[in-house]
Amino acid sequence: MEVLDIIKPENQVFCKTKLMTDTPLSYCPGCGHGTAHNLTMEVIDEMGITEDTIGVAPVGCSVLAYDFMNIDMTQAAHGRAPAVATAIARTWPKKYVFTYQGDGDLAAIGTAETIHACNRGENIVIIFVNNGIYGMTGGQMAPTTLEGMKSSTSPFGRDIQTMGSPLKMTELVAQLPGTYYVTRQSVHTHKHARKAKKAIRQAFENLKLKKGVSFVEIVSNCNSGWKMTPNDANEWMVDNMFPYYPLGDIKVNGKLK
Amino acid sequence: MAKVKGAIVVDTETCKGCEVCMPVCQDNVISMSKEVNRKGYHYAYMENPEACTGCTNCAIVCPDRAISVYRVKVSA
Amino acid sequence: MSELKLMKGNEALAEAAIRAGADAYFGYPITPQTELIEYLMNEQPEKRTGMVVLQAESEIAAINMVYGAASTGKKVFTSSSSPGISLKQEGISYIAGAELPAVIVNVVRGGPGLGTIQPSQADYFQSVKGGGHGDYKLYVLAPSSVQEMSDFVEDAFDIAFKYKAPVLILSDGLIGQMMEKVELKPQKQRRTDEEVIKECGSWAATGRTKGRERNIITSLDLQSEKMEARVHRLMKKYEQMENEDLRFEKINCDDAEYLIVAYGSSARIAQKAVEIAREKGIKVGLLRPITLFPFPKKQLFELADQVKGMLSVELNSGQMVEDVRLSVESKIPVEHFGRTGGIIHTPEEILEALEQKIINNGSIRHHKTRESSIL
Repeated sequence: MEVLDIIKPENQVFCKTKLMTDTPLSYCPGCGHGTAHNLTMEVIDEMGITEDTIGVAPVGCSVLAYDFMNIDMTQAAHGRAPAVATAIARTWPKKYVFTYQGDGDLAAIGTAETIHACNRGENIVIIFVNNGIYGMTGGQMAPTTLEGMKSSTSPFGRDIQTMGSPLKMTELVAQLPGTYYVTRQSVHTHKHARKAKKAIRQAFENLKLKKGVSFVEIVSNCNSGWKMTPNDANEWMVDNMFPYYPLGDIKVNGKLK
Repeated sequence: MAKVKGAIVVDTETCKGCEVCMPVCQDNVISMSKEVNRKGYHYAYMENPEACTGCTNCAIVCPDRAISVYRVKVSA
Repeated sequence: MSELKLMKGNEALAEAAIRAGADAYFGYPITPQTELIEYLMNEQPEKRTGMVVLQAESEIAAINMVYGAASTGKKVFTSSSSPGISLKQEGISYIAGAELPAVIVNVVRGGPGLGTIQPSQADYFQSVKGGGHGDYKLYVLAPSSVQEMSDFVEDAFDIAFKYKAPVLILSDGLIGQMMEKVELKPQKQRRTDEEVIKECGSWAATGRTKGRERNIITSLDLQSEKMEARVHRLMKKYEQMENEDLRFEKINCDDAEYLIVAYGSSARIAQKAVEIAREKGIKVGLLRPITLFPFPKKQLFELADQVKGMLSVELNSGQMVEDVRLSVESKIPVEHFGRTGGIIHTPEEILEALEQKIINNGSIRHHKTRESSIL
C-alpha cells in the first residue's frame, strides 16, 4: 500500500486539537510545556467544555499560554494565579477554572497563594509544570532545583546549607484537607503522556464534584536550562528528577494513598 | 487477523527537530532529515515508512503537534 | 427603600457596596478599616444578594482576586490602609494595564512604614502620582463625610465600568471611624451572569462561546508599537476623565481674598476655620477637590486671579500643595500647612497658619529649599 493511499483524511487517527491556535509555540524544541498544553486542550475539547472554561496563565516560560490555548484566558501576576482563579471560580461557580503554572510561580513567589487556595479547597485545577529551573529568565535556580544541580544562580551546584532543600510542593498540598486529587505525572514518553492526559481529565471531571483542588504536577525537562539535548534531558530527568519527585497518585478522592 | 498500516505526516515547518519522537517509535520509522526547514531545524520524516503502524506514540509526545497520524486496516 | 441610619464611615461604605450590587469583596484586616470586612462578614451578603465575601491570605492575594473577578466583568472591590495599599501596587498596575473595572478603598493611616494607626493624608502622592509602576493614573475620589463614603461607592463602580479602569476611594482613619447619619440608597439588583456577559462579553474572560474569538486579559505587550498604542489608549481615558468627570466643591469663594485648598477630613476642619476667619473679618474661601485625579487645575488657575494667596491644608508634610502650586503657575504664593504622624490639626491651627504663612508673609518662593511646615 502506498503512503499516499494511507494519508487520506478518512484514515486520520491523530492530529493537533483545534483548541490550540495556529501560532507556533515559542517553547524550546523538546520542552514538555508544548505537550502539556496540548494534552490540556485535548481534554477540554473532548469534554466539550470550551465555552465554560477559563484559564489563568502565569509568568514564566508559559506567560504566552494565551497565544496558544484557544480559550478565554486571564494572565496573572507572578505567583498569583491561584488567587486570580479563586475569584473567578467563586464568582462563576459553574465554570471550569484552571491555572497553569511553573515552579517559580507556584513554589517561590506564589507559595502563599498556592497553599491558601489549596487550604480553602477552591474548585479549581492547578497544573504545575516542574522542571527545576527558571527558564524564562535564563536558567536560574528554582525552589525545586535538585541538590547539586547547576544553574546560573547556583553555578557550583545547589548547596543545601545556604540554599535550602528542593521543595516538594505536591506532597505539601496533599496534606491539606482542601485538596481532593493530587498527582505527579510526566509527558516525555507516549505511556507517560497518555497517563498524564488521563490525570488531567480526572482533574477537570473533579470540578463537577466541587470537592476541592485538583493538583496535577507535570515533571518536565528543560533542555535549554539544563544545557542538554531534549532526549538527553529526558533521560537525565528519569535518572535524577524522578527519584526525588516520584510519579504517581498521591491523593485520590480526598484520601492520601 | 487484520493488519494495520500506518503513516505520519510531519509539518516540516513546525517541527523543531527535537527528536523526542524517535525513542518512542517502536518500529524505527522516524529519522531526522539532512535538510533543514526555514528555521534551520532538521525535521523528522519517515525513513522506514513500511514499518509504520500508526500507533500515534510519536504524535502524542511531540510538543509542537507537528505530526499527524493515519492508519488503515489491511486484510492479512 | 432608602434609609436613614447612624453609621461608621467604614460600615456605611460596606453597606453601600452591597446595595450597589457588588459581586464580590476580597480583603484583609488592617487598622483603621477592618470594620469593612467585619461588617460584610456579619451581614452575610451571600444570602442577601449572592455577593461573595472572602478574607484573603494577604493584601497581595486580595488585589489579585479583584483582578481575577474584574477580568470576567464582575463588579468587585477591595479595601486596605496605607501599608496594605503599598502591597497592592503591582496588582493595581496590572488592573490599569489590562484595562479592567475595579474599585480600591484606602483608609489612610500615618506613614511611612508601619507608621501609626491614626488618620493621615500622606498617601496623596501614592494615589495621584504613582503607586504602581508604569504609565497610568487612578481616578481618585476623596470622601469627606460618612454620606460620601456611602454615595461614592456606586459612583466609583460607574466610573470603573465607564472607563474600564481602576478607581480609588481615598478616605482616611477619621472619616472611616466617625459616625454620622447617612441616607443609604435602595438595593440595586446584582447583575445575573447573562447580564454580565451581555454587558462585558466583548472583552471579558467568561468562557469562549461559539461565534467569537477568545478573550484574553493581559497587560503584556512585547511588541513596542502595541505597548505604545496601549499607553496612548490609557492616556485618552484620563483626558476624557478630566473633561467629563472632574468633581470639586467651592465654599465661600465668591468674594474670597484668600483660599484654603483641602480634601477629605481636612476639608471638614478647614470649613470651620473658614467660619472662624469670616467672623474675624478675613475673607477666606475653601476649594474642596472631590476628585484628586482629575484635579481642579483650571479652577485654581482662575481663582489665582482673584485671591492673594492659597494655603493647602493636608494631614501630611506637603503633597497636594505641589499640585496647587503647579495649577496657579506662579501667579500667587502657595503654602502648605498640616499636622502629621496621626495628629489632627484644629481649625484654630489652620487659621494661624493662614495668617502666618500667607496673610502676613505672602511671597512666592522660587527655587528655595522646602520649608518645614511645622509652625
